[in-house]
Amino acid sequence: MTYDVFMAGFGGQGVLMMGDLLARAAIFEGKNVSYYPSYGVEKRGGAATCTVVISDQEVGSPVIGQPGAAIILNQLSCDKYLEKVRPGGFCLLNSSLIELPANPRDDINLLSAPLTEIARETGGDRLLNMVSLGAYVTATGAVDAASLEKALEQALPKRNHRFIPMNIEAIKRGAALVEK
Amino acid sequence: MSQSTPARVFLKGNEAVCYGAIEAGCRYYFGYPITPQSEIPALMSSELPKHGGQFLQAESEVASINMLLGASACGARAMTSSSSPGISLKQEGISYLAGSELPGLIVNISRSGPGLGGIDASQADYFQAVKGGGHGDYRMIVLAPHSVQEMYDLTMHAFDLSDRYRMPAMLLGDSLVGQMKEAIELRPRPEVELPAKDWIVTGKGERSEQRIVKSLFLGDGELEAHNRHLQAKAEALRANEVMAEEVALDDAELVLVAFGAAARIAKTAVRMARETGLKVGMLRPITLFPFPERHLARLAETARRFLCIELNTGQMVEDVRLAVNGRREVHFYGRPPGTGSLPTPEELYEQIRESY
Repeated sequence: MTYDVFMAGFGGQGVLMMGDLLARAAIFEGKNVSYYPSYGVEKRGGAATCTVVISDQEVGSPVIGQPGAAIILNQLSCDKYLEKVRPGGFCLLNSSLIELPANPRDDINLLSAPLTEIARETGGDRLLNMVSLGAYVTATGAVDAASLEKALEQALPKRNHRFIPMNIEAIKRGAALVEK
Repeated sequence: MSQSTPARVFLKGNEAVCYGAIEAGCRYYFGYPITPQSEIPALMSSELPKHGGQFLQAESEVASINMLLGASACGARAMTSSSSPGISLKQEGISYLAGSELPGLIVNISRSGPGLGGIDASQADYFQAVKGGGHGDYRMIVLAPHSVQEMYDLTMHAFDLSDRYRMPAMLLGDSLVGQMKEAIELRPRPEVELPAKDWIVTGKGERSEQRIVKSLFLGDGELEAHNRHLQAKAEALRANEVMAEEVALDDAELVLVAFGAAARIAKTAVRMARETGLKVGMLRPITLFPFPERHLARLAETARRFLCIELNTGQMVEDVRLAVNGRREVHFYGRPPGTGSLPTPEELYEQIRESY
């Protein structure tokens, strides 16, 4: 089984951290993984994208033309990448910042939710990526939510471990979007 | 390191280079920052002191390559790293390393050019690396990793080859293999027997003979003999050290030839082609010098056609055509760099269908 997901937003939304965490979670599950980030030279505000491929086999290309899933967090990325999602795939859109096109795609499983607002309710805008990740893994089953928790412990420096419960709460809020 | 299977560690390609170098016994790093390889000096600056080593950010690329030359002449395993424009600046020093028969690792996490170009993944430095960007009739060992594991493994191998042949070695990557993260095994350094460094200049002391490391040969016939000696080493490399990965070649009618990032993307395209019943395989040169010309000559007997894929407008394809020697058609698909211009497996699959 192979899962590939493309994530896009602007710098500062946590796109790269989200991909990194997903990759770490999959490694905990014994999978082969590639994580390929691509971003502008700006610290904040530029385009930030990454691709994560999770597989039981050797991972071939870390770059995917038509990803099986996408997490799109801002308008610019939506205009550019929504059309690339593979037919039959899954796409999560952040409706807080994205106005849906007049004819959104009907050949994919499209979930549009006010992710930034949900993040804000949960504890802050910066939880946007965790809300998104929770929705993605619940919709696709790419990794277990429990593995994400382990990934958070590994990826975050000890001094920031006190924020982990808040992040897990955000992941759960994201998961609830799919479950209901 | 323990004997059991090492745990997998999630690393960037650039970071894997550092751990490979340190495991290989490299204790000296000289460099100057440039995107997309700055993780290498950054990590070396924090890791080397822990191993009793020395990190030095030089005032320029020219200074850093010459510091590498000095450290190597004293017998140390040493390295420098940069990206394309910085590697251009190092060419004089590389030529001097080659002329002086000094080992040393030069890592080029290449970006696009000419000139300042951009920071995207590019394979536009193939000619410079393989044909010699510096002056003089020399060859350099060039290894091209296509995964984070290989960034680690081939860094260690490059040091060994470089010491064995007393020749500078280059690890040629790009921002795809440099910035990508994968889980890898930090394997222990392979045990290899290397010739004693009985030429290093550490002071004459009690020794009777004087050792000289130099690239200036003015005596009658001396330089010709030196050049022939350098070429003999290149021949030995061609005979003994070629590395290439063969992917689904057994019954392949169309053979892809690609290295590094292009090969990594093409692997998925080969899989897609096989799933649709096309007899497609790939030869992936791991050593760009020495080049797997015998592999290609052999494949030219059985395959119908070749398709060379590169992230440039056509460089390695010239060597592929030389090796195939007119016996089969060699098609080319090249993608010069630009933001977001990496080819996707789907696009390469279309190229395969066109060439098949």
